[in-house]
Amino acid sequence: MSINFLSILPEVLMLVLGILILVLDPLWKDEKRRLNLGWLTAGGLFAVLVISLLFGRPGAQGELAWGGMIRFDMLGYAFKLFFIFAAAITALLMMDVEGVSRRAEAFALLLASTIGMSLMAASADIVMLYLAIETTSIPLYVLAGFLLDDKKSIEAGFKYLLFGAMTSAVLLYGLTLVYGFGGATGFDELSKQFASSTPFSIGVLILLVVGLGFKLSLAPFHFWAPDTYEGSPTPVAGFLSTASKAAGFAVLARLFLTTFGSSAQEWQMMLAILAAVTMILGNLVALAQKNIKRLLAYSSIAHAGYALLGVIAASELGIASAVFYLLAYVLTNLAAFGVIAIVGRAVGSDDVRAYDGLSRRSPYLALAMLAAFLSLSGMPPFGGFIGKFLVFFAAIQAGWTWLVVIGIITSIVGVYYYLTVMKYVYLYRMEGEDEEANPIPLTRPHLLAIGILTVGVILVGTIFAPWFGLSTDAAASLFSAALLK
Amino acid sequence: MQFPILSVIVFTPLVAALIIFLMKGERKDEIRVTALAASVFALILSVWVYFAYDQSAAGYQFIEKVDWLPVLGISYHVGVDGISAPLVLLTGLVMFTGVLISWGIDDRPREFFAFLFLLAGGVFGVFVALDLFMLFFFYEIAVFPMYLLIAIWGWKQTREYAAMKLTLYLFLGSVFALVGALAMYWQVGQNTGVYTFDMLQMEKAGAMAGMVEIFGLAIPFQVFWFLPVFLGFAILGGIFPFHNWSPDGHVAAPTAVSMFHAGVLMKLGAFAALRVGIMLLPEGAVYWKYLILGLALVNVVYGAFIAMIQTDFKYIIGFSSVSHMGLVMLGFATLNREGMVGAGLQMFSHGVMTALFFAAVGMVYDRAHTRQLPELGGMVKALPWVAISFIIGGLVSMGMPGLSGFVAEFPIFMGVWKDQWLVAVIASISIVITAGYVLIAVRRVFFGDMPAQFEGHITPISVLDKIALGTLCLVMFALGMFPGLMAPLVELGVQNVLRLLGGA
Repeated sequence: MSINFLSILPEVLMLVLGILILVLDPLWKDEKRRLNLGWLTAGGLFAVLVISLLFGRPGAQGELAWGGMIRFDMLGYAFKLFFIFAAAITALLMMDVEGVSRRAEAFALLLASTIGMSLMAASADIVMLYLAIETTSIPLYVLAGFLLDDKKSIEAGFKYLLFGAMTSAVLLYGLTLVYGFGGATGFDELSKQFASSTPFSIGVLILLVVGLGFKLSLAPFHFWAPDTYEGSPTPVAGFLSTASKAAGFAVLARLFLTTFGSSAQEWQMMLAILAAVTMILGNLVALAQKNIKRLLAYSSIAHAGYALLGVIAASELGIASAVFYLLAYVLTNLAAFGVIAIVGRAVGSDDVRAYDGLSRRSPYLALAMLAAFLSLSGMPPFGGFIGKFLVFFAAIQAGWTWLVVIGIITSIVGVYYYLTVMKYVYLYRMEGEDEEANPIPLTRPHLLAIGILTVGVILVGTIFAPWFGLSTDAAASLFSAALLK
Repeated sequence: MQFPILSVIVFTPLVAALIIFLMKGERKDEIRVTALAASVFALILSVWVYFAYDQSAAGYQFIEKVDWLPVLGISYHVGVDGISAPLVLLTGLVMFTGVLISWGIDDRPREFFAFLFLLAGGVFGVFVALDLFMLFFFYEIAVFPMYLLIAIWGWKQTREYAAMKLTLYLFLGSVFALVGALAMYWQVGQNTGVYTFDMLQMEKAGAMAGMVEIFGLAIPFQVFWFLPVFLGFAILGGIFPFHNWSPDGHVAAPTAVSMFHAGVLMKLGAFAALRVGIMLLPEGAVYWKYLILGLALVNVVYGAFIAMIQTDFKYIIGFSSVSHMGLVMLGFATLNREGMVGAGLQMFSHGVMTALFFAAVGMVYDRAHTRQLPELGGMVKALPWVAISFIIGGLVSMGMPGLSGFVAEFPIFMGVWKDQWLVAVIASISIVITAGYVLIAVRRVFFGDMPAQFEGHITPISVLDKIALGTLCLVMFALGMFPGLMAPLVELGVQNVLRLLGGA
């Protein structure tokens, strides 16, 4: 198979899957349609995942494809696997959210967005990059506002759209300046034009940071996140907070390390300040939240700050640690949102008080939630611990000790609010103390999704060598192309 | 290949926790029996490790090493020496007695035993770890179940507050120690070219050489990082001024968890402070020696005085732990043979003693539903076993010859005297105070007249409780009568520490 075809194999397969879903949609009715479409999407995505694992692996160095539009390398590959996995899990979780899954468009949009993300992670050209970002975002705007009879959902979608369009414009402005100054669109070509750091390139960097900061929900570009997560259908919020964020990181790492490697000192400082503000603000504001989706929104803002530490370290180990962090985070946060989707569906509320007595109502669901929340707070033997350990490890090596100190202090704040939620789950009783009679119903797709995620979180946290191997390969492929060594 | 006994010890509780999680919550007796079987198994193995340790060979034994993340020099590397072997035994003992004492827990026993075993697995893991990463990994595993155990099954009035306070304190300490550990890793790598978390590599002479530049000042690397690392761990050992979490945590915890907590977890902190702080950063230990000595002295004396004025039975024991753990730290800070051997013995002796205390307190509270000294009295008639055990524990606590407390405390005072006689004099005040509060508690709780409302309501303790109390008492007598069972072993471990400290 030619490199051109191989480099977009997952995207092509997902496109076929999307078309298949739209074609098959009218064949089924109501309940049956909902389930069949969901299983088809999830199963199809898992199949794409397996095919990519078997055949889609690029060489260690990576090479350009499609006339320099796409770089087929391990970094893009690793991220593509994350996105496809996240989309498959999201499809499973979406199946039982009636308002979403009764329309085939929901699944098609999910696939479209995933295709966009995969291209984002692989793009090696600013035109391709911008197109990929828009392909990712537009379906997500729609998905966030998918519950038409829910005002909050509409608000979520609209807010997301407005913020997204705005920052996208800033990003586009930055990219036009890059083109205007560099006279080229390919990252490699541009890196020669930006071989030395000038005030101009710093100005451009600021514009790009604004544009990408929105995707990563870094403070102060995070305002959309809590409102959007709160209003969107919960599985969509989970997808937004994991895959969409990871896609932003892929672009950030690739663009900044290759094209702007010469201005590393400047952007490192810029990102370090943002990371510090993000970690502090995300964790502190999360303390005050009473709505679990808002709490997780602020927590996911904070987590972007931690993952950023690895990028700031700007070393091979740093990028590898960031990739590993994102892997652990994708698994963990999907699990957290998954549990919330299940409980929210059964209880009809996202208030933390709705979690009273959960451990008696559904002990295993509570256990999955415990694993997810402990992983978020960075406790072993869950993935979050290794992720945090590695980013701190890399940041200390690169000499960012002050940032690490901020990181650990804010992560203690994190422990507080994560454990507070667990207190509702394990300690408090629901009204009437009649938990055994009110179990939380678990459907088969839910069970499958939560089971995979919980096992995954523990697996990543205990047997971490293979995952770290993938992360180091990803980082190495980036560094073989980067100016910065 | 030899039988991987240490791994089996570490993973027995973890696997048992998993099995218990998968059992049906309503089948409470099956859960309890499973828990008991696992704890007996772990106890037998830990006894076996203790006696099979070859004293003529010394050093680390039963070593196993498996690559975990070889790229970064992380391995699963376990082994015991003269200091950790008694602590493994202690953990086995407390786990076994803890399960016996918790037989009566009726609210979600599945979750209770599973979390308790996760905790125990973490503790075993730290005691046998020879890899710094692994030590942290298991250290954190030991911390988080504590939160749930206290918050869910603890004393209603303070459990939420105490559990959170404890968790945050311990987490704070461990992350600062973690930053220190990462700095150590890079320093060792720079100095020796070998990037590894293997503590046997890291403790090699010269591996930690170098300076830290901060605000234009050049501070020796070891001196700079000793404090965050040592104090970070010592927080769990209850060192002043970070001891505040411990009495609250002890009091709020359910009986078995208090036993684990004061009996084993505080040793975990002291042990890690020794293994990582003193053994890997010996120059730092020498530099900060008097600071540690001073803080530990405050622990010993202040802890005893605060215990004296408590009216809550359990708070007395809680503060007495602070005081006794101060003695351990005092022994460490002498950095000489006598003090360290005493500290090693004290860790074991105090662990057994305080487990016994908390077991006794729990049995009284379960029946009287109060722990206020003025409201109690005359329990000796209804609960003779508990009274006798408590008195034996009290005698150990006072350092009565013939019991383990004497064997442990006497060398500590010898070591301190050798170094700073004045400190030994001041610290010895605590012995008098200890006698004071123990006797007050014994008199108020067990003797005198029984208040009318308790007449006929105090049910006798079960056979299982008696086995637990008897085992713990027996161990204290055995060690007191035959110090040769443990002292030479601990001394082997101490010699290794002294070698790292530069011969002494």
